[in-house]
Amino acid sequence: MKAFTYERAATPAQAASAVAGRPGAKFIAGGTNLLDLMKLQIEAPVHLVDVNGLALDRIEPTPEGGLRIGALVRNTDLAADERVRRDYGVLSRALLAGASGQLRNKATTAGNLLQRTRCPYFYDTDQPCNKRRPGSGCSAIGGVTRQLAVIGGSRSCIATNPSDMAVAMRVLDASVETVRPDGRARVIPIADFHRLPGDTPHIETALERDELITGVTLPRPVGGTHVYRKVRDRASYAFALVSVAAIVQRDGSGRVALGGVAHKPWRIEAAESAMPQGAKAVTARLLADAQPTHENAFKLQLAERTLAAAITQARS
Amino acid sequence: MDSPTTPLISRRDALLAGAATAAAISTSSAPAAPATAQAAPAASAAGFRAKLSLNVNGTAHALDLDTRTTLLDALREHLQLTGTKKGCDHGQCGACTVIVDGRRINSCLTLAVMHDGAQVTTIEGLGTPQNMHPLQAAFVRHDGYQCGYCTPGQICSAVAVIDEVRRGIPSHVSADLTARPILSAEELRERMSGNICRCGAYSNIVEAITEVAGSKA
Repeated sequence: MKAFTYERAATPAQAASAVAGRPGAKFIAGGTNLLDLMKLQIEAPVHLVDVNGLALDRIEPTPEGGLRIGALVRNTDLAADERVRRDYGVLSRALLAGASGQLRNKATTAGNLLQRTRCPYFYDTDQPCNKRRPGSGCSAIGGVTRQLAVIGGSRSCIATNPSDMAVAMRVLDASVETVRPDGRARVIPIADFHRLPGDTPHIETALERDELITGVTLPRPVGGTHVYRKVRDRASYAFALVSVAAIVQRDGSGRVALGGVAHKPWRIEAAESAMPQGAKAVTARLLADAQPTHENAFKLQLAERTLAAAITQARS
Repeated sequence: MDSPTTPLISRRDALLAGAATAAAISTSSAPAAPATAQAAPAASAAGFRAKLSLNVNGTAHALDLDTRTTLLDALREHLQLTGTKKGCDHGQCGACTVIVDGRRINSCLTLAVMHDGAQVTTIEGLGTPQNMHPLQAAFVRHDGYQCGYCTPGQICSAVAVIDEVRRGIPSHVSADLTARPILSAEELRERMSGNICRCGAYSNIVEAITEVAGSKA
């Protein structure tokens, strides 16, 4: 690990200022992803601004009938919150499908949104990677691609976003609240928060470098049956090959987002009009532009079957 | 400072010497150049270390550590509490599991400096050879290990799992999200999935935890 200096921030805007004023500075909250990457020198911040002391650890009702989740609410606490379990079950389920009990106790809501990819070439510092070293090339293209993206990739990057939580947030139409060093706040719809790789796969979100996430807001509950199904190489504690976040209404309509298939949670609202016709019709639209490799083409059928299972589960 | 295998003390000395040299060069030969973050003199040399206190197993400790020191390394290398094990050092195996402020975490994936004032419980704080924690005794009775390297992490994790179920925290395999979870073998296997046992003592580990959890219910 490279040496770094360390400070604790007193307010969100002060934390943002501290990062703004110091090239190479980063925020640290749970640290479960950042420290892992720092040990491998994939991340090498020269200064860490610890935001754990900021009072951003509450889940509160909004005037609109939704919930505001503080940026520092731990994954365990969000998954266990009674309101989330009752009204946003897909979010509880997605959180509980991710990581381990130890990691969920540390990992925060904002940090989960900022998880870096688990592409093996991003982790292998001996290989070129446009995410890790912009302009160096993509070793994944033409490499071992079984776990990688089948849609939304580019000539620069075919990595996937590893988050389960973000897939549920996408299907729930969450919004991300942030603050800048001057105290200015803004709200970013989750659909616009994560980016596709394009020519700049190292830029993964809509955030500015000195912009701190303060919370995530969920709109009013939409009812329906909430399902999160994750398919992975072992029964627990593994990243998704494919995951499905679905909210299915009594009349057969509903919403769907996929994890494990793209650089961001994958949802196309227009595909959801096919929900009453079933999984095949939905995934045909959702994945119409897929460009899988011979190693990961199985994800297309897996997504369809996982959605079919989710719909069956919701109707049972 | 680039060698991950160099002992911490030497790495730090090299680092301080390097920072001092950089500062000397920047002041003598390039006074007009703006100080970069890495060459910023005195402040950064001092800032690479931090003072903190940790309460471990009921005893308060004052520490002065390189900011890079993980909680795991603080326990093992600075407080000589070597019961907590370093397995993968990347949060994948659970051997380093300790209980901080009542919650189990991977001590390898957090910095000591982030836990100033925290209450830490390690395997040494749960019981002694003469007076074992019920879970330690159950692991012995059920042969819940072979080589024993993962065992401190397994036991710290299991202590926390029983508490998590008592507090009603659901898991991936809980059938009903809104109901109180039960402590079935399926639930235990899911909740313990962050603790890997390379020897494969899982079935005995589940039996040991079940015995203790059952007697508490």
